[in-house]
Amino acid sequence: MEENTSPLSPRREFLDGVRDELPLLLGVIPFGLIFGALALEAGVSPMGAQGLSLFVFAGSAQFVSLNLISTNAPAAVMVFTIFIVNLRHALYSASLSPHVQHLPTRWKMLLAYLLTDEAFAIAQRRYLRSGLEQAHWYTLGTGVALWTSWQASTLVGVLFGARIPESWSLEFALPLTFMAMLLPSLVDRPSWAAAISGGALALALRSLPYNLGLVLGAMIGVAVAVLAEKDR
Amino acid sequence: MSPGTFWLAVAGGMLVTFGTRVSFFILPHQDRLPPLFRRGLRFVPPAVLGALLASMLADPIAELGLVGAWPRLAAAGLAAAAGWRTKNTWVTIGLGMAALWLLQALTG
Repeated sequence: MEENTSPLSPRREFLDGVRDELPLLLGVIPFGLIFGALALEAGVSPMGAQGLSLFVFAGSAQFVSLNLISTNAPAAVMVFTIFIVNLRHALYSASLSPHVQHLPTRWKMLLAYLLTDEAFAIAQRRYLRSGLEQAHWYTLGTGVALWTSWQASTLVGVLFGARIPESWSLEFALPLTFMAMLLPSLVDRPSWAAAISGGALALALRSLPYNLGLVLGAMIGVAVAVLAEKDR
Repeated sequence: MSPGTFWLAVAGGMLVTFGTRVSFFILPHQDRLPPLFRRGLRFVPPAVLGALLASMLADPIAELGLVGAWPRLAAAGLAAAAGWRTKNTWVTIGLGMAALWLLQALTG
């Protein structure tokens, strides 16, 4: 890993952040396309689909929402499910918080709005290197790159999604992306316990309404992992 | 879902998502958090992602049956093995899609 002795300029940090985020966009853009297309299929208006991407701006929560919308779930269930599915972002917030404490509130708000799985994955590596005076520009670069591609791909999906041939099975890229995000998080036995028990319970509780099995499975998975860690 | 309910849910979804993301940026006394909560936080990603992945892989089984869904399950298994070895996002997604297309072409 390259060692920066002198701080880089804000512009350079920002562009580095954008550049380092690019490989992950390959995985993100298909989802934006699929999301736009599936949203219309679930009965969401084009404005509503773009609204979810703009205001919620969290891919997995948006996909789970579509499922709830098509089953006519109450708004409170959808909000609670989004909360649980996005609870992992509290971890990212906690992890980056020492590096943003000195920033003005508007910077904190902006970086928080842009804090997604894929942006965090790249940004946190920057903080392992030195010369951090302008590193928030790097984090901004990762977030802006991801935001732009997510909004644009949602829009294209809304406009043209219905024309993607079904035989491409593009929706299968979604579980594969979750898998690609899951694998690096399996670092020890408790984290394996979290994933396996979360997954098994989500399957066992599939019959519960409004995808509540997903939420319950994940919550119990966390508890199992904490207990597994304690036992060692 | 009516437009009113939908936009209400979007507004709520925005609040809880942004609130979660900004939480530790603005929280003044982080050392006062219950230790159990801090320890649990680390396991939220594998638990949520594991639950999401399991139900996403179960969806095609429910829809197509085990026979109809096996190309997806086999492709997912290959992608998991390759992804675990390489820890590479592109390999996981690219190999999984390629495997699915190949299996679908072979089985017609």
